[in-house]
Amino acid sequence: MLTAATPSTKTNWGKRLLIAIPYAWLLVLFLAPFALVAGISLSTVRLGMPPFEPLTAWDGSILNLRLNFENFLYVLTDDTYLLAYLTSLKVAAISTAAMLFIAYPLAYGIASCSPSSRSLLVFLVIVPFWSSMLIRVYSWMSILRNDGLLNALLLKVGLISEPLRILNTETAIYIGIIYTYLPFMVLPIYSTLSSADRTLIEAARDLGCSRISAFWRVTFPLSLPGVLAGCALVFIPVVGEFVIPDLLGGADTQMIGRAIWLEFFNNRDWPMAAAVTIVLLALLVVPIVYFQSRQSRERT
Amino acid sequence: MTKPSWFNRLSILFGLAFLYLPIVVLVIYSFNGSKLVTVWGGFSTQWYATVLNNPSIIEGAKVSFLVAAVSATAATILGTLAAVVMVRLRRFRGRALFNGMLLAPMVMPEVVMAVSMLLMFVTLGIDRGPLTITLAHTTFTLCFATVVLQSRLVELDPSLEEAARDLGCPPAKAFVSVALPNMVPAIVSAWLLSFTLSLDDLVISSFTTGPGASTLPMKIYSQIKFGVTPEINAISTIILGIVVLGLVAAQLVSRRSEQRATTA
Repeated sequence: MLTAATPSTKTNWGKRLLIAIPYAWLLVLFLAPFALVAGISLSTVRLGMPPFEPLTAWDGSILNLRLNFENFLYVLTDDTYLLAYLTSLKVAAISTAAMLFIAYPLAYGIASCSPSSRSLLVFLVIVPFWSSMLIRVYSWMSILRNDGLLNALLLKVGLISEPLRILNTETAIYIGIIYTYLPFMVLPIYSTLSSADRTLIEAARDLGCSRISAFWRVTFPLSLPGVLAGCALVFIPVVGEFVIPDLLGGADTQMIGRAIWLEFFNNRDWPMAAAVTIVLLALLVVPIVYFQSRQSRERT
Repeated sequence: MTKPSWFNRLSILFGLAFLYLPIVVLVIYSFNGSKLVTVWGGFSTQWYATVLNNPSIIEGAKVSFLVAAVSATAATILGTLAAVVMVRLRRFRGRALFNGMLLAPMVMPEVVMAVSMLLMFVTLGIDRGPLTITLAHTTFTLCFATVVLQSRLVELDPSLEEAARDLGCPPAKAFVSVALPNMVPAIVSAWLLSFTLSLDDLVISSFTTGPGASTLPMKIYSQIKFGVTPEINAISTIILGIVVLGLVAAQLVSRRSEQRATTA
């Protein structure tokens, strides 16, 4: 700001250094690795370390470039991968919608409280978000098991005569995802609701709008940025989720994050894992770019 | 209008119950004398003794805490620089790309970042172990730290710093002596957030580690895969306790400095 008006060589160097340090870190450890993933996805698997062939090789004075597109052909035509991508998108879409139904009333409820209880309630929503996700998923395992707490309770009450199989099903995946990602949905919705201008709602009510139509015509449209931010914050990472489908899901529901994990650790096929990753990234490019442009518009 | 209706109260009650019931169950059953999940065998702390006498768990905890402390510190320092760049320098070449790289990790699926960073370490020829986990954790927690610090820096009144500069203070010194003290609560919460995110991470650690170095979540994960035991309840309760203590401490720090700001 003011430094721009009084340029001196010293502050310019300081400024460049200030930008360069975090910039270089992110370039080397965040952006450049994606180029590597793209490169290795075109390589061939081999035994040894690293377990893939280099893309280029010198043959005398000739530089050979070998690009193997077989991984991509396989990923895009094989039924198991196709199904895994579709399942991941479906699970993410359904759980995002379900979360919206739970998170919105909660955020709305918190926003309607007095400022002092608001900060306590927000704190209570944040605590689970800070505590270990692995642990919280694990706690559902002991609740949903065949001999778990939920079945014991239902049997005791007499609602069911034999245990329900919930763990290792798609239902368990939904429960786990909704549970772990809920704070990510509540917080952005709450922040738009709490900063919304209350007088607008009062004006609508004064002008004869019913409570419900005032909500749909004024409050909800005002909270839309928070709703969209929450959906993006939840949908995108859930598509690639590994821990929840791995621990709560069964063999019949394969999600793509787990497919990458298995390809990597069990099959040790790094080029194939890289190809699966690149296709996943391509699927998510549109929502990610959308999320970024929204966020940066909000921040400036 | 500010009075919550019965519907508001009900939604809060339902929402919080959903968020807390599993955690409460976990904590209660960590004190269960019985090995069975559904049978209550009386109050006992035997599982805590088992955890503390398990050298593999203790070893994993040491690795995790070291990695979390170092990466949180690095992420907070880099995050402060990044926040200053984003808030104070409105125009420079490559700002859009920088902003994109700061925001993307927030939503990027963990497996994607994990695979890409591993391939980077392999290409650079860095031996995989605690060092590579730390580098990876610094990178993925950096964006969360930056968001926390950025939102605080935006709120700060720049006029005090401008005054210091007008009186001949160099910009860097003006920032350190005027703005930085006001950012302490944000720095504390950025550090704590990075620390807990790192402590919690399973996927990125699993991909970026080498043979020999296992973090606590990696040990817990392999135990869970092996079968549910009350020992994990005890470990979980200890971790939860640490996180809650840290959060309450952070809350107190920020409240105290807020009070100081209003009384000063």
